[in-house]
Amino acid sequence: MTLNDALKEYCLRIADNSSILAHRLSEWSGHGPILEEDIAMSNMALDLIGQARGFYSYAATLEGKGRTEDDLAFRRDTREFVSRNLVEQPDNKDFGTAMLRSFLYSCLSYLQFRALMNSKDETISGLSAKAIKEVTYHVRHCGDWVVRLGDGTEESHRRISNSVEDLWMYTSELFEQNEVDALLVKEGVAVDLNTLKQDWLNLVDEIFAQAKLTKPAEGGYQSSGGINGMHTEHLGYILAEMQFLPRAYPDAIW
Amino acid sequence: MHFVNRNLANPKQTSNIGMETTLSVEELNKREAEFDAKIAGGKTIEPKDWMPERYRKQLLRMMSQHAHSEVVGMLPEGNWITRAPSLARKAVLLAKVQDEAGHGLYIYSAAETLGMDRSEMIDQLLSGKAKYSSIFNYPTLSWADIGAIGWLVDGAAIVNQTVLAKCSYGPYSRAMLRICKEENFHNKQGYQIMAYLMRGTKEQRDMAQDAMNRFWWPALMMFGPSDTNSPNSADLMKWKVKLNSNDDLRQRFIDRTVPQAEAIGLRIPDDKLKWNESTRHYEFGEINWAEFNQVISGNGPCNKLRMKQRTDAHNNGAWVREAAAAYSAKKAASKK
Repeated sequence: MTLNDALKEYCLRIADNSSILAHRLSEWSGHGPILEEDIAMSNMALDLIGQARGFYSYAATLEGKGRTEDDLAFRRDTREFVSRNLVEQPDNKDFGTAMLRSFLYSCLSYLQFRALMNSKDETISGLSAKAIKEVTYHVRHCGDWVVRLGDGTEESHRRISNSVEDLWMYTSELFEQNEVDALLVKEGVAVDLNTLKQDWLNLVDEIFAQAKLTKPAEGGYQSSGGINGMHTEHLGYILAEMQFLPRAYPDAIW
Repeated sequence: MHFVNRNLANPKQTSNIGMETTLSVEELNKREAEFDAKIAGGKTIEPKDWMPERYRKQLLRMMSQHAHSEVVGMLPEGNWITRAPSLARKAVLLAKVQDEAGHGLYIYSAAETLGMDRSEMIDQLLSGKAKYSSIFNYPTLSWADIGAIGWLVDGAAIVNQTVLAKCSYGPYSRAMLRICKEENFHNKQGYQIMAYLMRGTKEQRDMAQDAMNRFWWPALMMFGPSDTNSPNSADLMKWKVKLNSNDDLRQRFIDRTVPQAEAIGLRIPDDKLKWNESTRHYEFGEINWAEFNQVISGNGPCNKLRMKQRTDAHNNGAWVREAAAAYSAKKAASKK
């Protein structure tokens, strides 16, 4: 694997995570628990689409085959998607699950972008410097809701606790790495995710403590393989919906 | 968390509700004369000013209906966000639907100055007591419908709202000024979607024409019944809540939209449409008012679906709003 290939793959990973999570958040448009949250969730989805566009475009440039950001988002199948399985998980219109999913992912994304601001690759550091401001807000906004729901009513505590049980199995996968990371970390382009794990746990523990939530006991099933294209059944449906028009009308320009 | 507190609080009495009962007939007449003079002199009415009860009620009806339309209007377009055909189109559509949530919020706040809480207005929507624009009871069946809505529906809204920006009630007129700026962007993005489709493949052109065929007449109905059949018009005109007749605004919309359709090769689905050189206006065919009356009375293609979607969102969010309220109450108690 060349450095160029590795960098392209790394960008695809960030872009895929952003576009899939944006898809999940945008499903809430018009269906939020209160208008202010409709606006906030759309805001986060818009930030993520912007991040996806930046990283897809860079991946397309690195690839050098004339593909565009849209080709990468709309013309790749599930096994080619390298997003983390957490972001594709459905929330079934449970607001707490949606907030927790974004919170758990954004904590990693925040730490990763913070580190990538010092990447030796200027495009990566530039895109990260822009994204960090957005993701800082996502961590705060979603974390605030996790606290409110955890320490709100009996029902909200029960519901967000169930969300923790449902989503926790997708958290250790957030830190999985492969040869792409090994190569890029060595070159000072990427960050070793193992070095972020404790900080991520601290962010999560702090919010969980305020929310009076406990982490599930260790030893249960943990999902694996998103970065190698191994996904849950949900991603296929997301892509079927998201890619429908460009796939059905391959010659069309929109 | 101000919004949660606001939902739980009693409606704030920020206007003159109930004051009439304490006023003598002479005093009432005097105030009404002053009020009429103020409006005739082109001054705006502000929340703390005295106003006739009928003025307050009419405005509240119009403004809450307008806010509900923004919020229900998120649904047909929201239907295509996850299927938008490019990342750029997705971002624009998401931002547009988000703007509508913002408009809803803004108009609800302006309407609250007339003495009704947002949660009460929402209850009226969900119970079917309050109305919203009939246009949102039509389905969005293809991507071209998103173009048609932005171009035609927002285009019609702009014609209405540009006039409302000059209405006599200050908070409403200021809300309209701001909203019109965003609606112009919505209108352009819709027209751009249509223009791209019309210069695309045959399938895309057919998609655009089909959307035009389905949305043209409902868009014309958005201006409301012909003036001879508009029950609220006379009072609203006198109070400068309404400055032009429904028919005038409809004509204005048609006159500016027909050339736009022609420019990109879309056919207007009206055999009677023709330019009248002497009036300098387009003549057009008969609007199907029977259909309009059916849709506003609850029998349109999507009335049930839209109300179910709003009701579900409201009910599914109840535990969230309760949790937020309970949490702020706990925090407030621990500060004491």
